[in-house]
Amino acid sequence: MTKSGKNHIQTEGLKAPVIRIGAVQWIKSNLFNGVFNSILTLVTLFFLYKIIPPFARWAFIDSLWFSSAEQCRAGAGACWSIIPANIRFIIFGFYPHELHWRPFVAMIMLVGLLFYSKNRDHWSQSLGYIWIAGLLTMGILMRGGLFGLTPVESDQWGGLPLTLMLSFFGMFAAYPLGVLLALGRRSKMPAVKTICILYIELIRGVPLISLLFMSAVLFPLFFPEGLTVNKIIRAQAAIIMFTAAYIAEVVRGGLQAITRGQYEAAESLGLNYVQKMRLIILPQALKIVIPPTVGILISAFKDTSLVVIIALYDVLKTTRSVLANPSWMGFSPEAYLFVALIYFVCCFSMSNYSRRLEKELHT
Amino acid sequence: MKKGNPDILTEQTAQRAAWFNDPKIRAILYQIAVLGIVGLLGYYLFNNTVENLKRQSIATGFGFLNKEASFEIGESLIPYSAADKYIKALLVGALNTIKVAFVGIVLTIILGTFLGIARLSKNWLVSQLAAVYIEVMQDIPILLQLFFWYSFFYDILPSPREALEPLNGVFMSNRGLVFAVPEWHPAYQYVAMAFIAGCIAVYFMRRWARKRQERTGQLFPVFTLSLAIMIGLPLTTWLLSGAPLKMSVPELVGFNFKGGLNMSPEFGALLIGLVLYTAAFVAEIVRAGIQAIGKGQVEAAMAIGLKPGQVLSLVILPQALRVIIPPLTSQMLNLTKNSSLAVAIGFPDFVSVASTTINQTGQAIEGISLIMVVYLCFSLLTSLFMNWYNKKMALVER
Repeated sequence: MTKSGKNHIQTEGLKAPVIRIGAVQWIKSNLFNGVFNSILTLVTLFFLYKIIPPFARWAFIDSLWFSSAEQCRAGAGACWSIIPANIRFIIFGFYPHELHWRPFVAMIMLVGLLFYSKNRDHWSQSLGYIWIAGLLTMGILMRGGLFGLTPVESDQWGGLPLTLMLSFFGMFAAYPLGVLLALGRRSKMPAVKTICILYIELIRGVPLISLLFMSAVLFPLFFPEGLTVNKIIRAQAAIIMFTAAYIAEVVRGGLQAITRGQYEAAESLGLNYVQKMRLIILPQALKIVIPPTVGILISAFKDTSLVVIIALYDVLKTTRSVLANPSWMGFSPEAYLFVALIYFVCCFSMSNYSRRLEKELHT
Repeated sequence: MKKGNPDILTEQTAQRAAWFNDPKIRAILYQIAVLGIVGLLGYYLFNNTVENLKRQSIATGFGFLNKEASFEIGESLIPYSAADKYIKALLVGALNTIKVAFVGIVLTIILGTFLGIARLSKNWLVSQLAAVYIEVMQDIPILLQLFFWYSFFYDILPSPREALEPLNGVFMSNRGLVFAVPEWHPAYQYVAMAFIAGCIAVYFMRRWARKRQERTGQLFPVFTLSLAIMIGLPLTTWLLSGAPLKMSVPELVGFNFKGGLNMSPEFGALLIGLVLYTAAFVAEIVRAGIQAIGKGQVEAAMAIGLKPGQVLSLVILPQALRVIIPPLTSQMLNLTKNSSLAVAIGFPDFVSVASTTINQTGQAIEGISLIMVVYLCFSLLTSLFMNWYNKKMALVER
């Protein structure tokens, strides 16, 4: 960039050509550059004109926000009233009504922790401990029984806290298991390698729903008589088993991306296997795979909705039971759009963050 | 990593090191330990299961497959009645899964490619709309989307008497989607045969044309001729056999439609949901594949005098497909696995028939194993295809 001083002087008097792009110019170059694009724009605009005004009319102008179901049936627009009228059941399920503050605080804590962890300057070992402490506190808040909190059995948990719990606890438990599986798959010991490959490919080959069926129907058969494990915990175990296999494949990609020289250098320093992995390989490998790991978190979050099929009351199931109530029957588009909005906000912020992280880690 | 050790070193270390520090012996010990733990765990679970089964007096084995199923299945590709055996019911379910997966995959690839290209369009409006579609669809669980489409059919669409008719001959109602199809005529048999014959002819023509080009350097208008054969041959057959034009148009008889091809609300909701959801992922794959080709490739191809069609078929597509096909197959497999959510909206796919079977016979272990085996077969077939494809498409370097 720093050429001779002479050149510098020559260009000093010149200014870069000014390109003024007004609105008209922008429209011309982005929407009407060429015959085909112009036609495309006009056709698209026509379709938008056909779709958006009626939708806006339904959703906003003719809609009712805080009314009874009877008033809704008389109206022509959307009946958003189904949300405020049932919001506490949709969000908290069968959790005792007067104790709703507890899952609420737990969710606020989770969101706070997530926001704090968003900044990469805060990433350190102590953050890990903060997370463990935070998750424990949330667990205690949900379950009660300690510090004078009324115990709440886990079969009363439901709604959004259940969705969040299944995905976050699932992720936290599946992560170490996934790393172990990935290391096992890369191992030179044939027996270990075979077991890991079998596990990973078996789980990745079947749909999650078959594992959830297994958790609902088969797990009770696996344990001795008298030992009953709660339905939620069983579903959680199935989700962990499922997520771990996917994490293992992502981590394996990271391990493969580390050059051979790193392994050899670690060995020539005299580090044993555990030291080599813990100090040299895994820190680098896991850093590479952060963005795809967030991707797995997103799909784990979406996949928790499948627990509906084994009749757990997550946020989708609570919504469906509101819709099964005769007075609110038939307002499913409104209710489903609301749940979709919850999922969209969560997943979109996660995927946005993952994209930003990808950019930051590359530079 | 220890492969290249000189003999002297190993001899020295062998003398010095204790046997338990020998990596080979250690490896064996570790493996015995791992196998032991896994074996014990397996034995423990197996033992418990056997005892529980005995205590609850649940029958084991696949004998139940030969018993009478005694439940009806809403839609089936093969004739089925409640008097048939379980194994036939499961077959009906598997065929339904294959049906929805096949139709879904075809539609998904078409829609996904279209969206991927739209995402790269120079038209701002089109590319932004595609981007919004892709983002929104990827962020909403497929199960929620399936419920939405199911309720769309049952809650929003009117009864058959007031059915919507978006296109001529297509009716949408809460009984599903009905559309006009050509009425069966023996001529179609010959048309199909002519089409297959055309395909075979084209295959041999392409081989011959390639050989001739390698020998003489002369080009042969393969594409135009292939198109002419593949369309012309069936068309001539159709014309020769009397050009049957009669359509089976759906008509309202009583409370439902007669004639035409009927798509049940369950199948419709499942298909729409799966296609719209998976297409968003396919669109991203297609976009990445197209973007992976450097501008220089196109310019170089044009510089050596290839025509635009040749640039596309000889330079762009082979490279883009190499990037696109592997993730695409995994999305197709995902679609197949997601079709198991049919159980939530009552479409009789394999999982849903198997779960009815489990409920009736109580033989959960066998039922769930069957589900897993069937899906494992699907994914095994996919990975076999992938390996074959990767080998075929692998870059041959000097």
